[in-house]
Amino acid sequence: MSTERTYLHAISAGLRQEMERDDRVFLMGEDIGALGGAFKVTDGFAEEFGSDRVRDTPIAEAGIVGAAVGAAIAGLRPVCEMQFGDFVACGFDQLVNVAGKMHYRLGLAVPLTLRLPTGGGFSGGPFHSQNPEAWFMHAPGLRVVAPATVRDAQGLIVSAIRDPNPVIFLEHKNLYRRVKDDVDDGEIFPTPLTARTVRHGSDLTIIAYGAMVHTAERAVAELDADIEILDLRTLVPLDEGAILASVARTGKVLVLDEANYTCAAGAQVASLIADRGFETLDGPVRRLAAPDVPIPFSPPLEQFVLPGDDAVKEAARGLLEY
Amino acid sequence: MAATRDADAAGQSDRSPLTDTDRAGLLEYMMLMRAVEEEGLRLYKQGKVPGSFYDGRGQEAVCVGATWALHGSDPISSPLIRDLGAHLVRGTDLVELFRHYMGRSNTISRGREGNVHFGDRTKGIVGMISMLPDMMVVAVGFAMAFRMRGERRCALTFFGDGATSRGDWHEAMNWAGIDQLPVIFVFENNQTAYSTPTSRQFAVDPVDRAAGYGVHAITIDGNDVEAVFAATSAARTRAVEGGGPTLIETQTMRMHGHGAHDDAGYMEKDVLEKWAARDPINSYAERLRADRVDVDAIQARVTETVSEAVDAAMTGPMPEPSEALGDVFCQGEAEPIGEGPTRWSGFAQEVTK
Ligand SMILES: Cc1ncc(C[n+]2csc(CCOP(=O)(O)OP(=O)(O)O)c2C)c(N)n1
Repeated sequence: MSTERTYLHAISAGLRQEMERDDRVFLMGEDIGALGGAFKVTDGFAEEFGSDRVRDTPIAEAGIVGAAVGAAIAGLRPVCEMQFGDFVACGFDQLVNVAGKMHYRLGLAVPLTLRLPTGGGFSGGPFHSQNPEAWFMHAPGLRVVAPATVRDAQGLIVSAIRDPNPVIFLEHKNLYRRVKDDVDDGEIFPTPLTARTVRHGSDLTIIAYGAMVHTAERAVAELDADIEILDLRTLVPLDEGAILASVARTGKVLVLDEANYTCAAGAQVASLIADRGFETLDGPVRRLAAPDVPIPFSPPLEQFVLPGDDAVKEAARGLLEY
Repeated sequence: MAATRDADAAGQSDRSPLTDTDRAGLLEYMMLMRAVEEEGLRLYKQGKVPGSFYDGRGQEAVCVGATWALHGSDPISSPLIRDLGAHLVRGTDLVELFRHYMGRSNTISRGREGNVHFGDRTKGIVGMISMLPDMMVVAVGFAMAFRMRGERRCALTFFGDGATSRGDWHEAMNWAGIDQLPVIFVFENNQTAYSTPTSRQFAVDPVDRAAGYGVHAITIDGNDVEAVFAATSAARTRAVEGGGPTLIETQTMRMHGHGAHDDAGYMEKDVLEKWAARDPINSYAERLRADRVDVDAIQARVTETVSEAVDAAMTGPMPEPSEALGDVFCQGEAEPIGEGPTRWSGFAQEVTK
């Protein structure tokens, strides 16, 4: 039997399945109980699983992450929500220094999942629109995943929860209710931590993750060329083999980030290609990302900053003509 | 360091330090805050304000009373989403404010920010950031600078009950206590943080915790604007005379949802009804009316001013997209925070004395 799910409901479904399947799994976050979370991802969970497993916390992001580390090494499987991904900055130290280095230093695995509602496009302004993934890619020991589709949202939340490491799960707010798909309503299987080829092509590869995958698809639909789209799905580990293989097939590559340009995930991808795929290239590695400014509030300013369909089309055309 | 829980200890004496002009001003700014936010909410519902909309309904006495008690050279870091009145008392232009709400071209935020996330640096206000209560520590930094330079100034910061759970709250309190810095911590206890009641936020009331940090603390009725004024004024005197920091717990209630998107279904109706009967504006208006202040004239003036400002704001264009770029770095000289107007009449008397 198949059922239609939004991206948001896919995350809820994955969480629910894992809570039913494994009683070590529990949820923590601000206002996730009675309110069901700021975005309602855990709507109804408190009634279903009880407030012991759906825990409303004080406003204490460092506390949430640190306590999750403790619970994880005590044998539980915490899944934490930051009310907005931006607030992870307040828990940064616990993530980067405590969680990320624990296994390397002490051999202690930290199986925790941290859900970050991220991304812009709805006038959230500088503190409710950020894409902080690169902060964590730079810190050893943290997995970083970023689903773009309904299928991957539910599959990757399951993978994250079952992973023995700290996993940062980026859920793009703009996809929550806009992205819908028919999926099997049976068991949700984990998604492998590899890239996914969205469509095959031979003229150009567009590499993206999260919401930018959809931007790429819309742009490609309007271009008269045979373009391959690679959805990274996970940033740590980065599927280097899939990236290099795709570039070897097409010889041209455009890398997209919604995040700020400098040191973004796409910068790592571009450097990988320059370093290990240079001989296969027929053109420069192009990147498109937000300029290095905070994400502004006013719609015309925000639209100007976030890479949109037209900018992707223009960059792709430039490469195709190269 | 013991906490006190009555307003008298906050420095109220028999002779009010407030003139009739002060009192009319306090009422007018509370009314102005409410009128601006009611208009903002209306514009939001009409789809003219992007994002969401946050207001401080029921809490007007806190930010207006506290800001009134400050000297214009005392910076505020920062008014939060319930504290529009602090900006208004410092003289924010209403037309620009509505343009700011609507994301139109404006001098306050240039479209880069929305909601109450703004601050006029030329008026001694540092705009808030969302991360709570980061700006408390910045206020401590102001106080440190004033102490280093031997200036008779103090800094004031606002925070909610939810914000007291974060580490930055404790760092700010502890530091202010160690150096006995001239800083005023205004605790807006509106009983809830989004959907989370204070019982899930702290086991020990922050006003009692303050003693543990060496911070003097009092609790007052946050819906009584004169009590807020008196407590802040006393805290300011204490601060500039070297007596150290004060935490003022203002007890109040968030009368709307967390933001316009939130129906606050988790709140208990009878509690809200009880607090509605203690509305800070209505009760103060009654008090002033009894003292033969022309309350209706004040209300009429506020209504007209706000409606004119909305009309004028509508004529403003959206910003040029390229306004999004630039200014990430300062290219010239760094300018320190400016000074706002001094509102309380008592400061003028101090000078002439
Ligand atoms: C560090 C941090 N985490 C989460 C949030 C999201 N958030 C915004 S307001 C709010 C509730 C704040 O409650 P309180 O401090 O009591 O202030 P109130 O809204 O009641 O005025 C939350 C959780 C935030 N702003 N900052």
